[in-house]
Amino acid sequence: MADTKIIVNCETGEVTELELTAEEVAQREADAAAFAAAKAEEEAAKAEQAATKASVLARLGITEDEAKALLS
Amino acid sequence: MALNTYSLIATTTVGSGGQAAIDFTAISGSYTDLAIYFSARGVATSDFPAAGMRFNSSSTSYSSRYLLGSGSSATSGSGGSTYIRLGNADGSVQTGSTFASTFIYIPNYAGSTNKSVSVDMVSENNATAAYANLSAGLWSNTAAITSISLFIDGVNLAEHSTATLYGISKS
Repeated sequence: MADTKIIVNCETGEVTELELTAEEVAQREADAAAFAAAKAEEEAAKAEQAATKASVLARLGITEDEAKALLS
Repeated sequence: MALNTYSLIATTTVGSGGQAAIDFTAISGSYTDLAIYFSARGVATSDFPAAGMRFNSSSTSYSSRYLLGSGSSATSGSGGSTYIRLGNADGSVQTGSTFASTFIYIPNYAGSTNKSVSVDMVSENNATAAYANLSAGLWSNTAAITSISLFIDGVNLAEHSTATLYGISKS
């Protein structure tokens, strides 16, 4: 069954349910793909940052809590 | 002191089975600003999915910047050009029956300048992760806003998601 959306006509108060058009379905799929790509990029950046942090702490020979104490 | 009056224009709640979007149409141009309260949750296997908004069925000329706090760290970023990013809503991975709470303010929506938007959205989750989003958006279009579409990126809005539209009059 095709996805539907709620249409609220603010002038008349009428509420209807309408099937998405082919154009809306295509836009929805494109949005989802773009969001997934952006999320993957964000996760990769976070992982890289965490790896850098761990590497620096290891080279300094201190724990994360000790680093926080130094910076407080 | 200027007095702002909120007038309820319309409210609707998603029923059983979910809906792809909530669209408010035929919005009168007789108010100064618009405000929306949007309680949002996504279905399917979504984990803090992005909620979005479009005007007048347009999917071009949007931009947005956001600050996102998780409780332990903060990040910032940009939304895409096809809709205004509202923030991270609750998804099916989050605690059952929890919803993200959103407030959207659209000043001068019926004017002939580009349309700015401010948004705050807070997700709810009875677990470690939850997010607070502050977003500023812009629709680079001078048309009066006559319709607004609210949705979650790629998945349906869950049952009981609710949107309420107010008109703000200033005197």
